[in-house]
Amino acid sequence: MKGFQVERWDRVSVAATAAVGLVLVAFGFAPFVLGANGVDKLTTLFVYLILALMWNALAGYAGLVSVGQQAFFGLGAYFTIQLSNHGVGVYLSLVLAALLAGVVAISTSFFVLRLRAGVFAIGTWVVAEAFHLLVNLDHSVGGVTGTSLTALNGFSAGDRREYNYWATFGFTVAILIATFVLLRSRTGASLQAIRDDEEAAASVGVRVLGTKWIVYVFAAVGCGAAGALWLATSITFQPNSYFSVQWTAYMIFMVLVGGLGTFEGPIIGAVVFFLIQDNFGDQGVWYLVGLGGAAIFFALFMPRGIWGTIADRNEIRLLPVGYRLRRGTEH
Amino acid sequence: MTLLSVEGLVARHGLLEAVRDVTFELDEGETLALVGANGAGKTTLLRTIAGAHRIASGRIRFQGRDIVDDSAHRRVRMGIALVPEGRRLFTGLTVEENLQLAGQCGRRGPWNLESVYEAFPLIASRRKRRAGNLSGGEQQATAIGRALMTNPRVVLLDEVSLGLAPVAVDAVYRSLDGVLAGGATVVLVEQDLGRALSVADRVICMLEGRIVLQGTAKELTREQVVAAYFGLGREQGAPA
Amino acid sequence: MIWANQVVTGILLGGYYALLASGLSLMFGVMRIINLAHGDLAILGAFFTFLVANDLGWNPFLALVIVLPGMALVGWLLQRTMFERSLRSGVLVPLLTTFGLAIVIENLLFAKYGADTRSLGPQIGNLAFDSWKINSQIYIGHLSALIFVVAVGVLGVLHILLRRTPIGRALRATAEDADTAELVGVNSRSVYGIASGIAVAIAGLAGVFLAMRSSYDPYSGPLQLIFAFEAVVIGGIGSLWGTLAGGIILGVAQNVGAQLNPEWQILAGHIVFLAILAGRLMLTAIEERGGLDVFLGRAS
Repeated sequence: MKGFQVERWDRVSVAATAAVGLVLVAFGFAPFVLGANGVDKLTTLFVYLILALMWNALAGYAGLVSVGQQAFFGLGAYFTIQLSNHGVGVYLSLVLAALLAGVVAISTSFFVLRLRAGVFAIGTWVVAEAFHLLVNLDHSVGGVTGTSLTALNGFSAGDRREYNYWATFGFTVAILIATFVLLRSRTGASLQAIRDDEEAAASVGVRVLGTKWIVYVFAAVGCGAAGALWLATSITFQPNSYFSVQWTAYMIFMVLVGGLGTFEGPIIGAVVFFLIQDNFGDQGVWYLVGLGGAAIFFALFMPRGIWGTIADRNEIRLLPVGYRLRRGTEH
Repeated sequence: MTLLSVEGLVARHGLLEAVRDVTFELDEGETLALVGANGAGKTTLLRTIAGAHRIASGRIRFQGRDIVDDSAHRRVRMGIALVPEGRRLFTGLTVEENLQLAGQCGRRGPWNLESVYEAFPLIASRRKRRAGNLSGGEQQATAIGRALMTNPRVVLLDEVSLGLAPVAVDAVYRSLDGVLAGGATVVLVEQDLGRALSVADRVICMLEGRIVLQGTAKELTREQVVAAYFGLGREQGAPA
Repeated sequence: MIWANQVVTGILLGGYYALLASGLSLMFGVMRIINLAHGDLAILGAFFTFLVANDLGWNPFLALVIVLPGMALVGWLLQRTMFERSLRSGVLVPLLTTFGLAIVIENLLFAKYGADTRSLGPQIGNLAFDSWKINSQIYIGHLSALIFVVAVGVLGVLHILLRRTPIGRALRATAEDADTAELVGVNSRSVYGIASGIAVAIAGLAGVFLAMRSSYDPYSGPLQLIFAFEAVVIGGIGSLWGTLAGGIILGVAQNVGAQLNPEWQILAGHIVFLAILAGRLMLTAIEERGGLDVFLGRAS
């Protein structure tokens, strides 16, 4: 087409990406700058961020509304304990546990991904409950009462805090980069197509099932990592708390509020959620009522979330995950 | 007496203007044929009158009252009935149930199960069949019967001959004759110009959303209508 | 013969599941909404009955006179305020809205009533534990039998409602094609409100029965939702009587599982559910590929 160019980068997105890169590098130095409390909080924030990114990938990109991601969150923690109990180094266990969660996802995917919409949602929940019950039956990790990640006692509190931080930070960065790359790849375009209209996408040759599979397994690894990291920071493992559907509630809140289907949305949602959790988390049930109410509000009135609404109104795209059409050779 | 009056009606599908500034009136007892090529806006026009489609601007008056803010089911209760393009029967319900459902709207009049079966003998023997198991002609008869069961003052018929074999179309029009002869007020969208001109009192021809020709069936020749239908005689490149 | 008793009690338990599931099924059938707050609404019904029975000192069965219409009103209100908006917004919004609603209900109940497990059993006297002895191994609980009979009765009433009444026709037509239903004079908003009211009232009734035959607390909802959903899916989505069959299969699976090992009760239900779902998916996959022979590579 004469006079038009398709571009991926423009001035704004180059600046934004550079800024994000710098910010990430800066965060790498946090343990040297912040006190113990600050590091703990950042670690928690990053775990939330991982969860938000994963749920957004599933629902926002692949159109898969999962109410059962807590399965992988819990399995990530469970596998970490099992590996650690069998002599594997703690931090290596974290990584392997996340990957094992992915393996579990591969096996459930054959069945779960063939379910549609609402059936898929509750189907994932049932699968999560099934895993919850299976773990409860495993007396080697204390059954319902749970156990602790005793291997962590080998580290001093200070070291543990730092290692946890960097492990969490590392996973977060890896996941951010992976998501970025995924969205910019052919798979990213396929996801866009699937989200807009699955049948139409299939008719132009998009491998719908295969693409969903990639996202599903990716999300399982991410949630598994989050669970393992949560275990590393809280040390105790109680199946009821790790396999609770509460985690899905948090994920939904973060993504809805931040902006479903956008890259920046989950980041904003995680920060908002973290701030609310930090300040109001001890309000008990009223806090949860508020979360639920907010989810309803956003679902009905602002389904594009904070970022989505802002971005739609102002045509802003900070990070270059899409394409732009430009006239001539303007730069 | 003017039953239905449409003024400056504009309706859109997304950004596309399907109906552009349409104005016309319909008197009681009239049969108005609405003709035009596919995409001319005929179905959209009928649907906006019936309340199934939002209008962008303009007015629709029924029995003197502006009905633009009334929902579709309220308009049915006022006496406007649409036989939708493609029939749109409830396939899970039987023929009789389809009819009964329409009869529940609460309007009184000459139409009830017996009179509908009498007017459409085609479906009288099919009354307990599921609507999804009927032939094209039977479905069309049921759709028209269903609209009549609401005892309407105005019947809007959208493409009743679409997809039907000529024999079936004949049967449908035979039954329609009875309805029309009874003094019903009808707007009929029909692709078959011959039939349209033979049953109608007045004809409106639409092209790309606008009315390009209006007149009584008697005074318009077939050639005139065909020319308007295809937009012949318009300058090339003239704005539509 | 212990197995025979488990099967019998399982069948009766299936009646409860069918009752619980019928509301979910109705709402999905008419509005295509999977109400993730369904279980919590059932628990709401249980608490509501507790409130009436406690504050007014009424017998729980008598309290239903207030509770059922009350729950129907709740359903109608939810439809008009929340579900309606989410109907035209695609698949995501109803799921998210009802999920948020579930969280709100659970935690509001917790705020008011605390975490205590409760039961309405004590208030119905002997009904809670009397049973008929069929033979030396098989016992049929009075309450379980009552619940089963009520469940079948409710399904029967729904069946007649849908098949033989004007409102039933309106419900079926709106479920199939709401736009065309409007074009023949059906007020679809009204129809949705009625369907929602009926669905939530039945859910409330199931919650009351749960409270009578067992115990409940503010967070019991999600598990009930899962049971209801399993019953609907096992029996086949869209089939009212299929829900009864699904409930029975689930009940029997759970009881047989419990007999093998008490820890396995709920898990047994999940496994049977997943197995049946997987089986159905396989059948569809085989059909799509042209039949079993083609699938197995014996023909093409």
